[in-house]
Amino acid sequence: MPEQAPNLVRSPQPAVDMRGIVKRFPGVVACDHVNLTVGAGEIMALLGENGAGKSTLMSVLCGLYRPDAGEIWLYRNGSPQRADIRSPRDAIHLGIGMVHQHFMLVPNQTVAENIILGLERPRFLLNMHQVEREVLDLSRRYRLQVDPSAYIWQLSVGEQQRVEILKLLYRGADVLILDEPTAVLTPQEAEELGRVMRVMAGEGKAVIFITHKLDEVMAFSDRVTVLRDGKNVATLVTAQTTKTELARLMVGREVLFRVERQLVDLSCAATGQTALLSVQNVCAQNDRGLPALRNVSLEVCSGQILGIAGVAGNGQRELAEVVTGLRPVSSGRVLVRGQDLTNQSPARFIQAGVSHVPGDRLGMGLAGNLPVSDNLIMKAYRQPPLSSGPFLVSRAIGQFVQRLIRAFQVATPSPETPVRMLSGGNLQKTILAREITAGQEHDLTLLVAVHPTRGLDVGATEAVQRTLLEQRAQGAGILLISEDLDELLVLSDRIAVMFEGQIVASVDAREADVAQLGLMMAGGRGAHEQEADKDGALC
Amino acid sequence: MLTLKLEKRLVPSRSMAYLVPVISFVLALLFGAVLLTLAGANPWRTYQAMLEGAFGTPTQWAAGDFYNLTETLVKAIPLMLCGLGVSIAFRMLFWNIGAEGQLVMGGFAAGGTALWLPQLAPELPGWLYLPLMLVVGMLAGAIWALVPALLKAYLRVNEIITTLMLNYIAILWLQHLYYGPWKDPQGYGFPGTAQFVEAAWLPRLIGRVHWGLIFALVAAFVIWLVLGRTRWGYEIRLIGENVSAARYAGVNIARNIVLVAALSGGLAGLAGMAEVAGISHRLQQGLAVGYGFTAIIVAWLARLNPFGVILVSVLLAALLVGGDQIQIVMRLPASMALVLQGAILFFMLGGNIFTRYRLRLTR
Amino acid sequence: MELDLFVSILTITVRAGTSLVFATLGEIITERAGILNLGVEGMMIMGAVTAFAAAFHSGSAVVGLLVALAVGGLLALIHAFLTISLRADQTVSGLALTIFGSGLASFLGQRLGPAGSPLVGQVGPRFEKVIVPVLADIPGLGPVLFRQDALVYAMYVLVPLAWFIMYKTRPGLHLRAIGESPHTADAMGVNVIGLRYLYTVLGGMLVGLGGAHLSLAYTPGWTENLTSGRGWIAIALVIFATWNPARAVLGALLFGGVNAIQFRLQAAGTTIPAAFLNMLPYAFTIIVLVLITWWEAFRKRVGAPAALGLPYMREERT
Repeated sequence: MPEQAPNLVRSPQPAVDMRGIVKRFPGVVACDHVNLTVGAGEIMALLGENGAGKSTLMSVLCGLYRPDAGEIWLYRNGSPQRADIRSPRDAIHLGIGMVHQHFMLVPNQTVAENIILGLERPRFLLNMHQVEREVLDLSRRYRLQVDPSAYIWQLSVGEQQRVEILKLLYRGADVLILDEPTAVLTPQEAEELGRVMRVMAGEGKAVIFITHKLDEVMAFSDRVTVLRDGKNVATLVTAQTTKTELARLMVGREVLFRVERQLVDLSCAATGQTALLSVQNVCAQNDRGLPALRNVSLEVCSGQILGIAGVAGNGQRELAEVVTGLRPVSSGRVLVRGQDLTNQSPARFIQAGVSHVPGDRLGMGLAGNLPVSDNLIMKAYRQPPLSSGPFLVSRAIGQFVQRLIRAFQVATPSPETPVRMLSGGNLQKTILAREITAGQEHDLTLLVAVHPTRGLDVGATEAVQRTLLEQRAQGAGILLISEDLDELLVLSDRIAVMFEGQIVASVDAREADVAQLGLMMAGGRGAHEQEADKDGALC
Repeated sequence: MLTLKLEKRLVPSRSMAYLVPVISFVLALLFGAVLLTLAGANPWRTYQAMLEGAFGTPTQWAAGDFYNLTETLVKAIPLMLCGLGVSIAFRMLFWNIGAEGQLVMGGFAAGGTALWLPQLAPELPGWLYLPLMLVVGMLAGAIWALVPALLKAYLRVNEIITTLMLNYIAILWLQHLYYGPWKDPQGYGFPGTAQFVEAAWLPRLIGRVHWGLIFALVAAFVIWLVLGRTRWGYEIRLIGENVSAARYAGVNIARNIVLVAALSGGLAGLAGMAEVAGISHRLQQGLAVGYGFTAIIVAWLARLNPFGVILVSVLLAALLVGGDQIQIVMRLPASMALVLQGAILFFMLGGNIFTRYRLRLTR
Repeated sequence: MELDLFVSILTITVRAGTSLVFATLGEIITERAGILNLGVEGMMIMGAVTAFAAAFHSGSAVVGLLVALAVGGLLALIHAFLTISLRADQTVSGLALTIFGSGLASFLGQRLGPAGSPLVGQVGPRFEKVIVPVLADIPGLGPVLFRQDALVYAMYVLVPLAWFIMYKTRPGLHLRAIGESPHTADAMGVNVIGLRYLYTVLGGMLVGLGGAHLSLAYTPGWTENLTSGRGWIAIALVIFATWNPARAVLGALLFGGVNAIQFRLQAAGTTIPAAFLNMLPYAFTIIVLVLITWWEAFRKRVGAPAALGLPYMREERT
C-alpha cells in the first residue's frame, strides 16, 4: 500500500485523472474544464454547493453522462491508459462505481439479486445460494452488515446504502464514488461510514465522496476539491485547511454561520400565546400499514418555531401529513386553533388555515406543467375575489398573481411560464408566496414546513430562512421538519427529536448540542426520558 | 462516430406544435399511397374519390346538392359527442375506453323510452318525448360510466379494462333486446325493433343532419367554458397534471372522478340517443360501429381541445364516408379508411415527440 | 354430469384457452419489461388472418405459423419504436395499433383469398389433432390433455419454460428489473432500451401465435372479427395472473372453460338467452379484476411492474 505523504497536493499514486472535463445541458454549463486527480488508497472529498457540478462530474466518471470535451485517464496495474467511458457498464468494467443519493435498487428483489443485477456471470442459471455466501463474506470483510436474502423494501435506509456499497465491491471496484452518503444517516451511522471508507482506502481503493457539509470533509477526507459554478476552484490537503477557508471557496464570499434572531420566551401557556396546532396522543400508520406515529403529542404556539429533528423515515413525513389532512390517524386528536379536525379532509385543514410547504416541491407542492399563475391560486381559488360562484374571475386572478410575484420576488419570465422551468429557489418562493398569503387570511399564520431548504443554494437558503423568521416575528407558528440539524439549531425555538415514530426528547434550541441530538436521533435517551414500551401499549 | 441524439428542448416548440400534425398527415397519406399502389389502385384517384365522396364536388354544390357533405356531418355528430366526452375524461387521466358501450346504453334507454312510453303513458303530450329521451339517454350513458368510475375512485381498479369490458356487455345486451323480447313482430325476420312514433324523431336540419349537431356544438362550448373559466375546470386540469398536488390542494379526487366520468358517459349516451332518434328511428344493428373507439383517436388528435374535437371529428368522418365511397367507385374495401386512420395516428404519435425534443447530430 | 360431457367440456376448455394463453404470455413478457401494449387485439387478429392466408396459399400450416410470428413481431416493433425511441404515449399507441391492426386484418381478409376474393369460407391447411401414444390413455385427464393439436403441446412446453426463465435465470432477472426499476437496471449496465425492444417484439410474436391458433386450429378458417375481443381479455388476464406465467394458464383456462360451457349449454337447449352466456367472460373479467385489485391492496406486494407504462430516459435532468 502506498504511503501517504501528507504535504503533497498531487497524490504520488494516482488512480483516476480527469482532465478538462466539459459537460453542457440546455441553458447551463454543468462542468467547465474541470481537472480532478484522485489517488489509490486516499479519500477525496468533492465539496460544493448544490448545482456546483459535483454530481454531474461524477456522473461523467461513472458513465451516466458523456462529456462534451475532456479526457479521463485511469492508472491500472501501474500504467496509465485513456478511458472511454460510454456507459455505466464500461465504468464498472474499468473498476469505477458510484453509490447515488437516490439508491439504485429494485425494491421487489432481494439484496443478492440486486447485487448480481447486470453482471455477465452467471451466464444463464442463477445459483442464489452461492451468491449469498459470497455477499456475506464481503460484508464481513468490509464491516457492512446485511442479510443477503432480505428484500430491499424490508431494509432501513442505512442498510440499503450498505447494499449499494457491496454492489460495487462485489464487482471489484477500485474507485468508489459516494454521493452525499450521510444525507440519510444519523451522526453515529455517519461515523461508522467514515470508518468503512477508511477500511476501503486501506485496501487500496480510491474513495471519492461528494458533500456540501464542511464537518464531514474535515472528519473523513485526506484531500478536498472544491467546485463552484462548474469549475474546480481549489484542491487542498484537508489537514492543511479550515472550514472557514473551505466555505469561502465554496461560496465565493464570506458566509455567516448563524442568522440573527432575537431570543424569545418559550411556553405557550405562560406567555398567553395561543396553541395554533395541538397534536394529542396521535397514532398513525404509514403506507405499508406499519406504525409510523406512536403516541405523538406536541404543540405549536404562535410566534414560535418548533423544529422536528430526526433521520428521514422515523415518522416525520407522516406527521406532516397528519396535521395537514393528508393522512388519517388511528387514534388521538389533531386540533387547529382549538378546533378538532381529526381525520378531516385536506380541504378542511386548508379552510382552517393550515399552510403547508411540502418537502416534495414538484411532486406535491406544484403542478409542473401548469403556469405559475395556476400554481399560485391553488389555495385561494375557491373564495372571492378569485372566484364568483362557479366561475373564476380572471382579472382578480391576474392582480393577485402579480401581487404575489412582486412581494416574494419570484423570478419568472411571465406568470404563464410553466412552473417547472423555474429554479429550485424560485419554486420554493412560489410555494411560500402561496402558503403565506393563504395563512394571512387568518389572524395568525400556522405553517408546516418540510425540508424547506433542501436542494437550495446558499443564497436561496438564506432567503427562505429569513422569510420563516419574519413570519415568526409577526406571530406565526411554524412546525419545521428538517434533516439539517444546523438549520434547526439556527431557526427553532424548541426542537423535538423523532425516532421510530415517537418524540424521544424535546429541548430548548439554545441549550441543545449536536452530539446529544444525534444520540437521541439514533434512539438514545435525552433530556426528557419517555417511558415507553416498544410493542403495542402505546397505540 | 456520428450519432443522432434526441435532446430535450428548453421550451416546447410552438411552431412544431402546428407543423407536426401537418407533416404527419402528409406522411400518412404517402404511406397510404404506397399501400394503395400495392393493392393495385391509383392513389391520387383514390384520394380524389375519397374527397369527393366526403364533401361532394363543386358541380354538385352549384346545383344545391350537398348530400355528401351532409352525410359526412351525420357521421361526424356521434364522433363529436363521444369525442368531447372522451376528451374531458382524458384531461383527468380517466381513460374512458367505454364510450362505445355508453353510446349503446344511451341508445337503448332512449329507444326503450320511445318504444314503451306510448303504451305506458298514452296521454303524455308528444313534445315531451324528445326531452325525456335526452335525459334518459344521458343518464344511461352516465350510469354505464359510473360503475368503472366508482371502482376506480374507491377501490383503485384500473378503468381501462372495466370500461372496455362493459362495451361488450352493452353491445350484447342491445343485441339480445332487438333479436329477442323487443323484436318488431312485423319485422319480417329482420332483426330490429319497431319504428319509433314520430314524436320521438329528432328533427333534421339539412339532409339527414339532425339536431345532434346542435347538441354537439353546444356541448363543445360548455366544455370549453367549464375547463377554462370555472373552478371545476381548474380542478380537472389540476388533477390531470399532478394528482398529488390536487390532493394537497384539497381537491376531492374521488368525487371528481365520478362527476367527470358521469359527464363523459353522459355525452356518449347523448350520442347514442341522437343516433337512434335522429337517424335510425329504431333499435337495430348498426349502432355500435366503432364511434366510441374512433372518438379516442379524435380526442387525442385534437389534443383534448373541445373545438379541436369538432374539427377533427369532421375530418375523420370524411375519411370514413370517403372510405365507403371508394368501395363503390374504386372497388376497394371500406376498411382501407381504417388503415389510413391508423396510419395517421401512428405518424402523429411518432411526430409528436418533435415538439418536445429536437434531433441533434453528435460525435 | 356424465363423464363424457365433463371430458368434452375440459377438452374444449384447453383448446379454447390455448390462444388466450399465448396472447397473455406475450403481453406478460412485454409488460414485465415495462411496456404496456394495448394493441394485443390488433396483433392477434392480424396473426390470425395472415396465418390463414399464408397457409392457404402455400399449402402448409407451418408456413402460416411462421408468418403469424413475423407479423406479430413486426406490429409490436412499430409500437416499440413509437413508445421506446420516440416516447409516444403507450396507451394511445397501443390503441392505434389495435385500430390499425383490426382494420388491416379486415382489409386483408377481403383480398387475400384465391385471386383476390375474400378469405371467408375458404378451407385451408390446419394443425390436426395429434394423439400422443400412452399418455392419451391415462384415465381422466389423458384424453383431455393429449388429444390436441401441436400448438397446444407447444403451449405445454412454453409456459413452464417461460416461468423458469423468468424466475430462475439471469435473463429473467434482468427482464424483471427493467420493468421494476429501469434507472437502476441501466445504472447496473443492463441494456434497458435494447431489452425492451426485444421483449416487446417477442411478446408480439407470441400474440401473433395466439391468433394463428385461432385460424389454424381452433375455428379453423377466417371470418370477420375472428378474435371478437379475445385480445382485450388477454390484457385483463395479465392482471389476473399478476404478471406470472404460471397463473396465466389458470386464467386462460377459466375463460376457455366459460366459452366451452356456453357451447354445451346451448347445445343442451338451455333457456338462458345466448346473450347472457356471451356476456359471462366480460363480466367475469371485471369481477376478477376488482378482486385482484382489492387483494393487492392488502397484500401490497403483488403488483404491476413499477415502471409499467412510463417511458425511460437516461439523461433527464430533474
